[in-house]
This record gives sequence, C-alpha cells and structure tokens, in this order.
Amino acid sequence: MRIRRSMGDRTFMTLNYAFFVLFTLLCVFPFYYLFINTISSNDLSARGLVTWYPREIHFGNYVQILKLKGLSQAAFISVARTVVGTAATVLGSAFLGFIFTKRKMWGRSFWYRFVVVTMYFNAGIIPWYVIMMKLHMTNNFLAYVLPTIVSPFYIILVKTFVESIPEVLQESAEMDGAGTMTIFTRIVLPLIMPIAATIAIFAAVSQWNSFIDTVFLMTEQKYYTLQFVLYKYLNESNSLAAIIRSGGGTANIDLSKMQTATSVRTTVSMVVVIPILFVYPFFQRFFVKGIMIGAVKG
Amino acid sequence: MEPIVRASGESVVRRSRGLPERYRLFLYALPFIVLVFLFSYLPLYGWIYSLYNYRPGFKLSDTPFVGLQWFRSIFANPTQTAEVGRVMKNTIAMSSLGILTSVLPVAFAILLSEIRAMRFKKLVQILTTLPNFISWVLVYAIAFAMFNVDNGLINKIMIGLGWQDRGINYLATDSHTWLAMILWGTWKGLGWGAIMYIAAITSIDQELYDAAKVDGAGRFRMMWNITVPGILPTYFVLLMLSIANFINNGMEQYFVFQNPINKDHIEVLDLYVYNTGMLGTNFSFATAVSMLKSLISIGLLLFANRLSKLVRGESII
Repeated sequence: MRIRRSMGDRTFMTLNYAFFVLFTLLCVFPFYYLFINTISSNDLSARGLVTWYPREIHFGNYVQILKLKGLSQAAFISVARTVVGTAATVLGSAFLGFIFTKRKMWGRSFWYRFVVVTMYFNAGIIPWYVIMMKLHMTNNFLAYVLPTIVSPFYIILVKTFVESIPEVLQESAEMDGAGTMTIFTRIVLPLIMPIAATIAIFAAVSQWNSFIDTVFLMTEQKYYTLQFVLYKYLNESNSLAAIIRSGGGTANIDLSKMQTATSVRTTVSMVVVIPILFVYPFFQRFFVKGIMIGAVKG
Repeated sequence: MEPIVRASGESVVRRSRGLPERYRLFLYALPFIVLVFLFSYLPLYGWIYSLYNYRPGFKLSDTPFVGLQWFRSIFANPTQTAEVGRVMKNTIAMSSLGILTSVLPVAFAILLSEIRAMRFKKLVQILTTLPNFISWVLVYAIAFAMFNVDNGLINKIMIGLGWQDRGINYLATDSHTWLAMILWGTWKGLGWGAIMYIAAITSIDQELYDAAKVDGAGRFRMMWNITVPGILPTYFVLLMLSIANFINNGMEQYFVFQNPINKDHIEVLDLYVYNTGMLGTNFSFATAVSMLKSLISIGLLLFANRLSKLVRGESII
C-alpha cells in the first residue's frame, strides 16, 4: 500500500532517520573510541591524539595488562562467578520452579508466596550487610553464588512454563516408576531448555556486570572482580601509576608501547566489555524474549 | 532410561513405604527455602541494630541500647534533619526526572515503528539496546574517556574548535548533576526501554491503520489516535512500577559517579546510607534510615498496586 507523500511527510521521515542514525552513533561510538585507543600508540593515546581512527596500531596492551598485579586473578574471579553463578541460578530456578508445580507438595502455596514475596521487599543494605557478615559471607567467594541460587522472578518464569507443558508427559513417566529427580532431569529439564537459555543469558550478564556486592563484602584483593578493579583504576590515578611501574614498565623504553594510565584504563574497559559485545548480538532475541515473558505476569 | 523400566514394579512399592510424597516434595524445596530465609528474611533481624549505638567489631550486647533515639534524631537533630532532607531532595528529584523521561522510550518506539526499512530498524534496535547490558562501572569508564580533563574527547573537541582555551574537568563539578545523571540513564536505558513498546505496537491490529487510511487519516493522526492508545496500557503498568520504586533508585550509578565535589547533589538514599553506615561511623543511624526507607517503599508498592486496581482493575504484584 502506498502512502501519499506530502512535503511534511518527507521532512518528518528525513528527520526521523537522522535522529536514529545520530542516536545509534551515540550508542556505538564510545565503544569504538575506547577500542581505537587500546590499539594505538600508547604515547599518542595518552596525549589525546587518537580521536577518530587508530594510529600506529599494535596489540601489545592486551598482553601487557596481564602482567599487572591482581588483574589475572580478577579476571579469574569474574569468569568463575559468571560460570558457577549462572549454572547455580539456572539449575536452582529450574528445579524449584518445577517442584512448585507439584500440587501435592506440603504447604505449596505458602512456600511459593514465601519465596516470591522477597521480590518486593528488602531489609535495606545495612541490615543485609550485617547478616552477610554474620553468615561469614565477607571475603568468601560463595557470597557471589549462594544468594543468586533462588531468584523469584526466574522461578515464576519456570513454573509458568512447566505448567504449560502437558501433564501426561510427567504422568506416564511416573507410571513407569520414575522418581521426582528422574522426571526433572530426563523430562522437564530438556523441555524447559528455551526458558532456561533465556535465564542463563540474563544471569550471566548480571553476574559479569555485578559490582556493588564486591564493594560491600570483599576487602581482600583475591576476591576482586574485573568490574571492581576497573572502578579502582578509574579512581585512583596514583595507585594506578604505582601498579604500572611495578608491572615492569621501566624496562620498556619504547614510548609507544609503554603502559600509561590511559592505556591501562581503556584496555581493562575493553576486556570488561568484549564478552558482552560478542555475546549480545547473537543472543539479542533471547533478551527480547526474556523481557516479553516477564511482561506476562506469572 | 532402562533402569526405570526394569525397576518399575519395585520402586513403586519402595516409595509407598517411605515418606509420604507431600513431605518428600517439601524436602526437595527445603534447602532453597533455607537460602531464601537466610538471605532475604534474616536481614530483617538486622533492624534491631537501629535500636543500639552499634559499632562494627563490637558485640551487640556490649553496645548501649538507645531505643528510638536514631529515629527521633532524624527529625529532632538539626544537622541530621538537614542531611536527610538534602538526600531526600536528591532522591525525589532523580525519581521525578526519571518519571518525566519515561515518555522518551514511548516516543522512541513510536518513531521507530514509522520506519519501514527492516534492516535499518533491526540494526538500530540491536545497537541502541547494547548500553543497557554494560555495567555502570563501564558507563563511568566511558564517561571518563569522553570527559576527563587531560585527554577526554569532549575537551579535545572543544579546545580544537576554540570554544575552550583549556581542559575542563566535567566529571568533578556539581553543576547540573541531576541532569547529567538523567542523561546517562537515558543513554543507557532508552533503546532497551523502547523494546516493550515496540512489541506492544506490533500487536496492534493492522486493520485499524488500514481503516484509518481509507478514512483519509494522515500519519500523525494515526500515531495519535491508534498507536498511542494502543501502548497506553503498557505505559501505565510501567508507570505504576516506577511509582512503586520511587525511593529505590539504587546506588550503583550514583556510587560510581560520585566524588567529593558533586556529593551534595548525587547522594540518594541508598548511597547516603552506604556513606554514613559503611564509610562513616554512624552505623546504627544508617540502619534506622535504611529501615524507614524499606517501610516507605513497601507502602509505595501497596499504593501503586491499589491505584492500578482502581484504574485498570488489574494488580501489578
């Protein structure tokens, strides 16, 4: 169907396209800018001479930063919490969501509400911190994982999803003598894969991006995450300079490859954002699906 | 699968002799329920710290019981009243600006739905939702790269154009702090915020538009009379949720952007509680403020829920 194109119509469309092109550039350019600064001559970058395109390209920064004290440990913690935390969240939500579909469960609706209502209140950050301290969750890797096992929102998603699967499937397995665990692992888990994938993606991004829990709970450097280290680098120029010196910067007299505060900051930023940049375009539809099912109330 | 089939007869017998199924199912859920209790309910017990003059490191029984002193001091102690007032002002300002700008994703979705080039549309959607998935630390890293005083992009451009004669430290200033925070929030959230509305627009009956065209309605008439009413219900639900979260504006964004210079305007409730409780010395006072905040936000949630029931006949929780 063709729409009559008036003068006003055409102006509108031109402005509309212009707006989206501009805003999209605004969203993308910062990532590009960080990237070209990490692969350009460190000297030029620090002096602010790399603006629109890379100059004197080298990739040494990505090797150099591994030598910085504590950075590879932070990368390890970030990866570990993302992998372990995501697995725990997916399995926990899947299993509990599944159990909550069992009408025979003792006190089912009470316990379901007991879990779900925690979405709507929290005691406040200080009382939470005190209890985490008492539970020995400070300077403890488990603090990154244990609290995320039960995520009410994901449990609602799984429960709704399982309830939409024909019950016959589970019943016939029961007839064959399959226990609850067998039904879960062999029948339910394969069937809920679409929703489990969506949950996994959301959980992984939120684990990778998580930051404030480190601020509250971790004082020992070995538990720092990449996000936290990046925050420190952005704020503590003096200590950053010291770290760079201890990283063997003096042995390297080539100015274009010598680590600078700018090169360390931009390179660590890229390391933090690269997993997201790689994962996001491929899984975008999962994200969109996730928010849409979230909109349908459980 | 084989063992199940083979052992079928036996296992039915065995199960009927054991624990009744209803308790067995409960036992499966029990470890998770314990976790919920520990991490979500037990912190409520932490509220009693607001009744003491507690210092971390001491035993609670060794610290003096002060009753409701901290709650009273919020209103009675002039310095603390002023502090809490300032923080409340920031909180309310940020949330109100957030509610005002909540129409932006709506406009974004409507404008995007007017574009017919599918490839372009997809690309815009993918690229503009990206910032939503990076952390606030990374947003700050970007802000730093763009606005820092030594080699920030904006300073370079301004100096290059001759509009500034030297670098300005845009991040360490307290002018327009609220506006800056809202703009960063918009940069991060606009594309993603529009997704829901885009989906709502797609689900509008195409025949409505065709009928309107036959009646001679132009583009803007259709936007206003079909698209806008079509997404209003979605907007309403999200609006109610933002009312429910009016004083929960989180602390991550403000935490990463705060510095001694902008502190007066950037400290929202959670950040203030963190700064006084964890960094400062007044742990119990921070607990009291934190506790009041939790109570008020439950009140707001119930209010928004009631409002939603009244207006749309549907609850949001």
